[in-house]
Amino acid sequence: MNFQEIILKLQNYWGRQGCIILQPYDIEKGAGTMNPATFLKALGPEPWNVAYVEPSRRPTDGRYGENPNRLQHYYQYQVILKPSPDNVIDLYINSLKELGLDMDKHDIRLVEDNWESPTLGAWGLGWEVWLDGMEITQFTYFQQCGGFDCFPVCAEITYGLERIAMYIQDKESVFDIEWVNGVSYADVHHQGEVDYSHYNFEIADIEMLTTMFNMCEKEALQAVGRHLPQPAYDYVLKCSHCFNLLDARGAISVTERTSYMGRVRHLARVVAVEYLEQRKRLEYPLLKDEQLRKSILTDEEVAR
Amino acid sequence: MSRNMLLEIGVEELPSSYVPRAITDIKNMAGNKLAETRLQYSDLKVYGTPRRLTLVITNLAERQKDAVIANKGPKKAIAFDSEGNPGKPGLGFARGQGVDFTDLEIREIDGIEYVFAIKKEEGIATSDLLPGILVDIINSLGFPKSMRWGYYHTRFARPVRWLLALYGDEKIEISLENVKSSVYTYGHRFLSSGPLEIKDSQSYFQVLKDNYVILDQDERKQMLREQIDKVATLAGGKPAEDEALLDEITYLVEYPTAFYGEFSPSYLDVPPEVLTTTMIEHQRYFPVFDDQNKLLPGFIGVRNGTDFSLNVVKAGNERVLKARLEDALFFWNEDTKKPLDTMVDKLKNVLFHERLGNLMEKVERLHETALFIGKESGLSDKVKLSRATYLCKADLVSNMVYEFTELQGVIGRYYAIESGEEKEVCEAIYEHYLPRFAGDNLPATETGIVLSLADKIDNLVGCFAIGIRPTGSQDPYALRRQAMGIVNIILDTSLQIDLKSVLTVAYDNFAGIKLDNERDSTVIEVLDFIFQRMRGILLEKGISYDVFDAVLAKPSGDLQDIVSRIDAVRQFKADDKFEDFMVVFNRANNLSKKWLKDDINPKLLSDASEIKLYESFIEIKGEVKRAVELREYLQALDIIAGLRTQLDNFFSAVMVMVDDEALKATRLGLLKSITSLSNPIADFSKLVQ
Repeated sequence: MNFQEIILKLQNYWGRQGCIILQPYDIEKGAGTMNPATFLKALGPEPWNVAYVEPSRRPTDGRYGENPNRLQHYYQYQVILKPSPDNVIDLYINSLKELGLDMDKHDIRLVEDNWESPTLGAWGLGWEVWLDGMEITQFTYFQQCGGFDCFPVCAEITYGLERIAMYIQDKESVFDIEWVNGVSYADVHHQGEVDYSHYNFEIADIEMLTTMFNMCEKEALQAVGRHLPQPAYDYVLKCSHCFNLLDARGAISVTERTSYMGRVRHLARVVAVEYLEQRKRLEYPLLKDEQLRKSILTDEEVAR
Repeated sequence: MSRNMLLEIGVEELPSSYVPRAITDIKNMAGNKLAETRLQYSDLKVYGTPRRLTLVITNLAERQKDAVIANKGPKKAIAFDSEGNPGKPGLGFARGQGVDFTDLEIREIDGIEYVFAIKKEEGIATSDLLPGILVDIINSLGFPKSMRWGYYHTRFARPVRWLLALYGDEKIEISLENVKSSVYTYGHRFLSSGPLEIKDSQSYFQVLKDNYVILDQDERKQMLREQIDKVATLAGGKPAEDEALLDEITYLVEYPTAFYGEFSPSYLDVPPEVLTTTMIEHQRYFPVFDDQNKLLPGFIGVRNGTDFSLNVVKAGNERVLKARLEDALFFWNEDTKKPLDTMVDKLKNVLFHERLGNLMEKVERLHETALFIGKESGLSDKVKLSRATYLCKADLVSNMVYEFTELQGVIGRYYAIESGEEKEVCEAIYEHYLPRFAGDNLPATETGIVLSLADKIDNLVGCFAIGIRPTGSQDPYALRRQAMGIVNIILDTSLQIDLKSVLTVAYDNFAGIKLDNERDSTVIEVLDFIFQRMRGILLEKGISYDVFDAVLAKPSGDLQDIVSRIDAVRQFKADDKFEDFMVVFNRANNLSKKWLKDDINPKLLSDASEIKLYESFIEIKGEVKRAVELREYLQALDIIAGLRTQLDNFFSAVMVMVDDEALKATRLGLLKSITSLSNPIADFSKLVQ
């Protein structure tokens, strides 16, 4: 099964489970969790089932295309099921079967792993899923996001696409993954890994990035002030990426690190507040169960 | 009449470390509940796997035992009116309790009489009580971290997915929000499918076994142990002894099958600690050693399932380990391209603590403190200490320690050896973190001893100076362990050093960093903290508390001196002269303990006995002092005991508390002086005789 078939299988499978198949978000981010379809939608009472491929950037993980297992740009397959269904693990296991993995032949293990993102004010409990000792998926029940308790709780399933492909195709190096017949992962991404590693570690303009961080922070706050959580969130993502690049450049001292992370966390928090307010003003249109929608609105009215 | 009771809480995979604790908690809670509710049974067992917690109560009585209950009412004086007839409050109480007034009993509590309604409570049927008891147990279970899921409000370690609850063959109706109890269980996640009906607790174990679940943790662990030994023997080696890993794996699988995997011998170039850490910590594999305790290029993994297509599982695990070892080899090669000392410069980019500066500043402080300890103790020398201090934290910025934080120091030693540093310097880099846990090795080289003390003292002083001190079970910086390390190192090496002056120097080395607490109070607090640890350590070694407390009444920054004095007191307690000494001490102390002055005016002494006592005192005073200075404490005590005869004579001949104030003062002064003789050794009034 080639790389894009793996993606297509997952798209079809989760589409059949009632997920919206969304496209990747168009701003750099470190993980699928940071896509607004996860970070914002995990907040508030509205149900939300979505699946999408997320190109993710981790500038410090660049290895100039020389390490068979590390990339500064890679793909996650992200699924959000909110509220988490009772049979969520079975749904996940079935997706692996869809990828041709025979459960009888392998050792699948759910090993405790608790996820936390201090910059997003988010944490959850769950597992790393091991396939014959290899971590192929992160499975998390979100408990908090942007500093707010998540209710209902969503399940987040994040597949490491390259790892799964390496396993299925029996490849030792990520670059040997067959994307389609005759075209490898290296053909598509190797030069990018080399170039971005040079850029991230050596070339990126520190002063420009510092200025950009400050400008984006300001813009995020401005947009929040005008009750526009989604545009504001775009700038939070940009801040986060600037921070990651500065980090890769070794431009952030230890003392500054805490302060930068605190600034991003603050932005995530104010955007979350604004987003929750907005959904309430709109009276939770994604809550299609009319009775539930009414009762939640009434409860919130009473609580005020 | 009794039946067996079975409760199985079906969950999504629990964290392995939670299960043993949950087993104990359920056991205790169930035991308490059954006792409280007067339910008799013959046995109570709790089992746990990643996916289930099971409580089995054998021969649980079908009915609660009857009980006699006495409910307290108003005081007798109020219950009856002034003529001794039933009063309003008494009648009201009886009515409320549903008994006749004439049936009320009078009982006395703390000398006051009250009326009591005595009622016989008939036992309730167990099947009516069980739902409440079981739900209570489930809801009372606590976990280090718990969560919610879906639309539900229940909190548990991981989502609860089913409840099996049987009393005999009868279902116990309970529910946890959406999860309603049933007579079904589930087998192994992949080797069994669909719900399995359970008729009663006897068939439960067999049904699970048939469906690839070994429920009993002891049985599972034993299986694991045997399999691992067998696999290791087949591979021509023996597995690492690691009980914690064995326990962890026991709670990671429901049906274990161990297998042997291999890796290329070329990775054996990487330090063995890196290999074993990768195998144990990251992959939960058992490393395998040959007869010479050298690592074999292989590992033992455990699959959660049978041996069906075990080759696929083995190959997958081998590949994962290979990728990890490849990474480690890469780090090793990268890190050793340049000598270790080139890493030191990067330490200024790493925070030690946000209020206590970066690691470079820490190294500079350690340098000063270590040189001071070296000078005071005569251990090591300036050149070695300077070099070892300079390099001791360098590995923290290496690729390897970034990935394997638990190998700090271990990696530093390897890199120092690769860089051609002097042998003792290399050892000291590793040893300065010792002891890392209770029972760990202590530093052995002189440089290692000094640096280890300096590092721990810097940690303690820094933390206490900014108000971080352990409280209750909270000790995030492991300060207790560090203080115990200091004590153990000093006791182990019989090192003579005044900790007070070391702590003072360590505090002064924080110049330029804003601290909350003053130097003197910080030093005293840290020293006191160290004394507390020392007390614990010595009591564990069999020193009785009164001896320790008596000696510590005269505190000293020199722990070795404290130990010498403790030894002297202990030995002396077994000596014939101990009784004489205690007579001298007690008789003198009883009268003079409230007297503060030890002035003696010899001209006022008139009785032969008191003149003799005074002369003897003057004669031994100097000897005692010299003996104390030479730390010949036993000898000092011996000499003091020699005063017994003179003191006895003194007391039989002379009244101390006479009207003549001046004479009384001198006699008390003499007694005070005598008790003071042993003060530099211990406060003997604290000894329990």
